[in-house]
Amino acid sequence: MNIGKSVVIKGELNGSEDLTIEGQVEGKIELRQNVLTIGANGKIKAQVFAKAVIILGEVTGNVTATEKVDIRDNGSVDGDIASPRVAIAEGAHFRGAIDMQRAGAKPGEKSDKGETKPAAAAVTPTTGNPATAGASR
Amino acid sequence: MLSDLLNWGRRSKADPADIAPPKGSELTVPSKAFPKFLAALKNQPEPSIVIDFGPVIGSNVAFLGERLSCKLFIEDLITEIDRHKKAPAGGALAATLEARLRQEDGSVDGVLCWDVFDFLDKASAQTVAKHIIRMLRPGGAVMGFFCTAPVERAPFTKYEIVDDQSLRHRHHPGIGGPKVPMPNRDIIRMFEGLVVAESFLLKNSTREILLRKR
Repeated sequence: MNIGKSVVIKGELNGSEDLTIEGQVEGKIELRQNVLTIGANGKIKAQVFAKAVIILGEVTGNVTATEKVDIRDNGSVDGDIASPRVAIAEGAHFRGAIDMQRAGAKPGEKSDKGETKPAAAAVTPTTGNPATAGASR
Repeated sequence: MLSDLLNWGRRSKADPADIAPPKGSELTVPSKAFPKFLAALKNQPEPSIVIDFGPVIGSNVAFLGERLSCKLFIEDLITEIDRHKKAPAGGALAATLEARLRQEDGSVDGVLCWDVFDFLDKASAQTVAKHIIRMLRPGGAVMGFFCTAPVERAPFTKYEIVDDQSLRHRHHPGIGGPKVPMPNRDIIRMFEGLVVAESFLLKNSTREILLRKR
């Protein structure tokens, strides 16, 4: 389902199917089992709850997703994100807090803290010379 | 022809050496302080809360948030500095930073300052330092990079975490500005209440400094 550019909604938006918003929404959006896409023209001032949220437009408010939040190039979020996975593209704007703790995760479950294995995002080859000279206290 | 097979006299149009961008513009540089910063986080109660003063970078979010399970706050001061440099009539930077840094006292385990302090005037630097001291939990750590020589006009840098020992220095589209070196004694004074736990001088003349709150 789509909400077009000229549509302005003030209030609570609930649904049980995937939704794309190109218009303006102020209030609260709940699509707990579905994917919410904020289109490039979308302007949201709302608390957002969804299974996955894809943001190409502007969001002001907290975003909670049970699966993933994906802020694409030129997407903008001013607010806190809570989701187990968060992707932020080059050129996206974000200001706020990001909490990627899995819901229901017990304290101490995150066992790889401080391990020396490279991160998944660390596969790009090194392009320069090491610049470290050594320690001096 | 043998010359065709050996490709004498000409190079293929698709030769990557002809089309690749110049190397060296985005160096991956080992960091001495970053592993120490991560070790400091490891000793803090979970989940560790980290503030990043640099621009948001997806892979940094993945590294800190997904891999280390930190709760991450993005307070992009570089963009704020850039905005002020582009429109200096918008008021004093120190006042803007004062209003912006609103985290609770003793609520943060780690602060990634990158090279933000090099671009700040004295009043702004003192404002940021004051808030870092205030918001840091005992045992918390602050990592900052400080230049050792003045630079008339330096670009901003995005510091992308490559792994737990190295950072990629990437281009930032902002206008940059002058970098002003701060003597060690001034850094120590500015962060009164914190201790310099580690200090490293890199070949590129950058000081990587890790401060801790006791």
